[in-house]
Amino acid sequence: MRSHPAEYELVAPGSLHAVVMLLAQEPGEWLPIAGGTDVMVQYAAGTLSARRLVSIWNLPELRGIEVSAVEVRIGAGCSYSEIRGHEVIAQEFSLLSSAAGWTGSIANQNRGTLGGNIVNASPAADSLPALLVYEAELMLASARGERRVPYVGFHTGYKKLGLAPDELIRAVCLPRRYAGYVAYARKVGARNAQAISKVCVAALGKVAGGVVEDVRIAVGSVAPTPLRLVETELVMRGQRVDSALKGLARKTAAREIQPIDDIRSNAGYRAAVTGNLVGEFLGRLG
Amino acid sequence: MSAGQGPGEIQFTVNGEARSVRAYPMERLLDVLRHQLGLTGTKEGCGEGECGSCSVLMDGKLVNSCLVPVLQVEGANVVTIEGLAQGAELHALQQAFLEWGGAQCGICTPGMIVAASHLLSRKAAPTLEDIREGLAGNLCRCTGYIQIIEAVAEAARRGVGR
Amino acid sequence: MKTERIVGTAVPRKEGRDKVTGQAQYVDDIGLPGMLYGATVRSRVPRGKIVKITFGAGIAWDEVVVVTAKDIPGKNCVALIGEDQPCLADGVVNHPEEPILLLAHEDRHLLPKAVKAVEVDYDPLPAVFTIEQSERMATVIWGEDNTFKKYLIEKGEVDGVWEKADYIVEGEYFTGAQEQLYIENNGMIAVYDPEHGVTVWGSLQCPYYVHKALMRLFGLGENKVRVVQTETGGAFGGKEEYPSMIAGHAALLAKKAGRPVKIIYDRMEDMVATTKRHPSRTRHRTAVSGDGKILGGEIEFVVDGGAYMTLSPVVLSRGTIHAGGPYHWPSLRVRGKAVATNAPPHGAFRGFGAPQSLFAMERHMDRIAQVVGLTPVEIRKRNFLKPGLTTATEQVVGDEIDLSGLLDRGLALADYAAKKERFARENATASGQTGKRKGIGMATFLHGAGFTGSGERYLNSLVGVEGLVDGRVRVLVSSTEFGQGTNTVLCQIAAEALGLPYEDVEIAQPDTEEVPNSGPTVASRTVMVVGKLVQSAARGIRQTLVAEGRLGESYSREEFREACQKRVAEKGEFFSWARFETPSGIYWDDEKYRGEAYAAYAWAVYIAEVRVDLTTYGVTLEDFVALQEVGRVLHPVLARGQIAGGVAQGIGYALYEKVIWQDGRMQNGQMTNYIMPTSADLPEIRVYFEELGNAHGAYGAKGIGELPMDGPAPAIANAIEDALGIPINAIPVLPEDIFAAVTAAGDVHVEGRGR
Repeated sequence: MRSHPAEYELVAPGSLHAVVMLLAQEPGEWLPIAGGTDVMVQYAAGTLSARRLVSIWNLPELRGIEVSAVEVRIGAGCSYSEIRGHEVIAQEFSLLSSAAGWTGSIANQNRGTLGGNIVNASPAADSLPALLVYEAELMLASARGERRVPYVGFHTGYKKLGLAPDELIRAVCLPRRYAGYVAYARKVGARNAQAISKVCVAALGKVAGGVVEDVRIAVGSVAPTPLRLVETELVMRGQRVDSALKGLARKTAAREIQPIDDIRSNAGYRAAVTGNLVGEFLGRLG
Repeated sequence: MSAGQGPGEIQFTVNGEARSVRAYPMERLLDVLRHQLGLTGTKEGCGEGECGSCSVLMDGKLVNSCLVPVLQVEGANVVTIEGLAQGAELHALQQAFLEWGGAQCGICTPGMIVAASHLLSRKAAPTLEDIREGLAGNLCRCTGYIQIIEAVAEAARRGVGR
Repeated sequence: MKTERIVGTAVPRKEGRDKVTGQAQYVDDIGLPGMLYGATVRSRVPRGKIVKITFGAGIAWDEVVVVTAKDIPGKNCVALIGEDQPCLADGVVNHPEEPILLLAHEDRHLLPKAVKAVEVDYDPLPAVFTIEQSERMATVIWGEDNTFKKYLIEKGEVDGVWEKADYIVEGEYFTGAQEQLYIENNGMIAVYDPEHGVTVWGSLQCPYYVHKALMRLFGLGENKVRVVQTETGGAFGGKEEYPSMIAGHAALLAKKAGRPVKIIYDRMEDMVATTKRHPSRTRHRTAVSGDGKILGGEIEFVVDGGAYMTLSPVVLSRGTIHAGGPYHWPSLRVRGKAVATNAPPHGAFRGFGAPQSLFAMERHMDRIAQVVGLTPVEIRKRNFLKPGLTTATEQVVGDEIDLSGLLDRGLALADYAAKKERFARENATASGQTGKRKGIGMATFLHGAGFTGSGERYLNSLVGVEGLVDGRVRVLVSSTEFGQGTNTVLCQIAAEALGLPYEDVEIAQPDTEEVPNSGPTVASRTVMVVGKLVQSAARGIRQTLVAEGRLGESYSREEFREACQKRVAEKGEFFSWARFETPSGIYWDDEKYRGEAYAAYAWAVYIAEVRVDLTTYGVTLEDFVALQEVGRVLHPVLARGQIAGGVAQGIGYALYEKVIWQDGRMQNGQMTNYIMPTSADLPEIRVYFEELGNAHGAYGAKGIGELPMDGPAPAIANAIEDALGIPINAIPVLPEDIFAAVTAAGDVHVEGRGR
């Protein structure tokens, strides 16, 4: 353990209001920590730059999954286990419940939160492609009030978000409009469990009469942020699902992504596997 | 407890006993258990939440105690390996591990048994796949998992979790 | 007919209850009053002169105990085979993470900051990182020629075979480093007393290795050094030699501080700084007749030893001797070489050279099969050793081993023939470049148990059994338990030999003050060699009681207890000793590397079934058959557990565990990016035994601890080739490597390959 506990502050104000007031008083000074599955790893490695932390674990305002007619609202403090176990999410948002089951181990799923994962903003995070594809909206809270923003475009760069220094994610809203879509999710990691993804694909497609009515494909670990394959979606919309489209989609996807060589894998592999997974997705549509 | 400067009092239940510790809020639950409470059954294998040898139950849920700051344990109910046996009587999982060779060097064993008890509390009749998945967060270098899985299956047959 | 009551049964693990209740005391569970914690400042460069050391700001240095090479009272070395490895670098460093100085403080959490605050300035020197670079000798980093050791084995007339050969088959095979990854990191507690000397407690395999090293480091006599093994959470060879280093460090700090010192590594330090399996390169050139018989060949086997000699000569020895596999070589030349690179020294890891050379041999056999146009099964059957034939070192095979029969049994268990045919069919009709391909592959191999050649004689092991005051007995050995079952099996043996219940036998904690030197706990020798001595020593207890008229030839448990109690009451301490004696007819020539290399060989057939997913290029094990002849199974649950665990490590060696090097330093020193298999990654590993007995082992047992490490990697590589038609000659083979190979090969298809 490469950090000294005495050098850190950790406060637990106990309510969302108190937390956002603290963030407002000293913006950028306090790092929120939920389940700690990212922050505590950095802390133990001695690489956590923050010294003052505010606990948002178990804040009642961040918990709970509400189902309304138009959307499912997931408290940002919900754990991956809670998300996995929710019936409506499993039925209507299977890309997210699959991703929840792939994130770390059960012990880490019991502590890791959706909000924490979004804020940690790793391009390899398993749930983020699903949020892109579902076009989730984020409810953000601060002392200045609340705002609601689309998740698409929120992740602005490598580990960068459109989150103001005094803001917290309060909830993630998923619109209930994907009945009739084919869902495809696949994660490729170094082993079957407890693996950071090398490539992670989440996709939805709607086909009518053999023609692609709508398609959304998002990929993790192939760019500085999780990526919607906008160009690939464009070449697919309105087209017949056949082997020519498969080839075109794969080629376009290969151009859109920006994979790198890193400690886990290499660009060539990531590109090839992305293409294969896109092809596999199309296979499900056709 | 809300002050972050210096150590403070944190109260929680461990293995059914109310405890109060004086600790820095960012001390890891793992370290508080081992060094302050003398419960050295919970081990540190990696410090990064990968090996599971620090597994404990927190409010009935399996967590890696190396990743839990003790401040967040306030008011919680923690169960460690020491809380499983009832005096001289071993928990059925412990007994099964002994009979089926589930423990070799033993360092992963406490976390593995805690994880198995968590699994059986959620799934009293787990399939082979359920057991594999339930234990996938606990690394064992000695056994190849074969006899661990068999021990857990045996414990399930004997009615643990029901 | 087996008549034993205890040996051969699944008695409870001796220390099992403590392990399942969390009461077992590993070194980090233990503390001493007034104890300080220690930490190590390590080199950041692969090779260079230390120019300046600065103790930076932010630390109250007057509170910190600092130890450098100058504080070493004896010789600054970690005494092992050679004495070239410094305990602390003195003026020059030869690998990244080399220990330079030591710090101790009361506050464990302060130390990482203190370590970071020590600035070391280096004058870098050119460094060498691969076997090829080392061989080129553009830079000489060790000795005259970067070579720790060479061996030459010659049998028959190799140079004449090439003309007679119908086929000459060549191949080059590579294996990477592998981290032992015991779940308990290295740790040690030391105290120093001016009068009593050094005492250490810690996680270790070989108390007397540490004892010898500390004697040298401190210039102390054998009575002034005491080494005690604490419950050890996995070792696999990774705690064979390394503990001498960390023990030396803790003891040096304890001496300087005048207080006990505990050093525990965290995972990253343990991974990057301690020993790993030697990477290897093997080159085969084989002369084969038209009908698939090996006429002779040349094998060059090279291992990368890292920056200091440590155990490389012995790893090389075993790998060289095993390089020819379980086959009959009418003539053979094996050249073995261990070379130096500027990496942390590589060291012992289960298998100890044999997994490396056997990977090459078993891959090469499949290659020979292809060239000659025979099946992998047939090529092996035509070349297996048989009773009466001689090995590469001209040792006559004494076992009544029928390797063809063993292979047939393994193939039947794996349903090999049907699957091979079905997979070939399904692969051929599989669509295009995606989807799944299946393959099945084998490895047949042997593993010599005990120390090589004259090694056991040199070890001169001594074992004791003590009659206790309460009438029970205690086994006294320096052999350690670290999961493999030492405590249990040695107690079984003693109980069996004395006709006592298992519960009446205990085993002493390995403490050099209390137990004799029964040799290191390595080389798969504990049950076979040490166990046989335990048997003798136990018999000695009975013989004494009988000879003194205290006991009849047959007796009850109560009678024994009474006799023993009385004897102790009347005569005091009651010991029986047994010392190793070289069995007659065992002859070994250390110069020519010829003769009886090992007292016993275990034989094995492993068969792996794989599924390759061409969408992700991932390889999954669908089934694994591990069949071995082991002399005698003394404890069915423990034996099966050993094989399953070894196979799991072998699967990791083949498919998952890659050390990523940069300038001699491991870059992926975390469990998140050094990948070992989880429960979700491994198939059911099906374990089967055969028993031919062994005159040189306790109750007929042979050593089995390392055997399972040899087979999985080549079996898997052979299976992948069966699936894809692409040879896999380097491990680990990751999905990225499969992707690269598939891409280079063009179309993936399996054509008829002369099978």
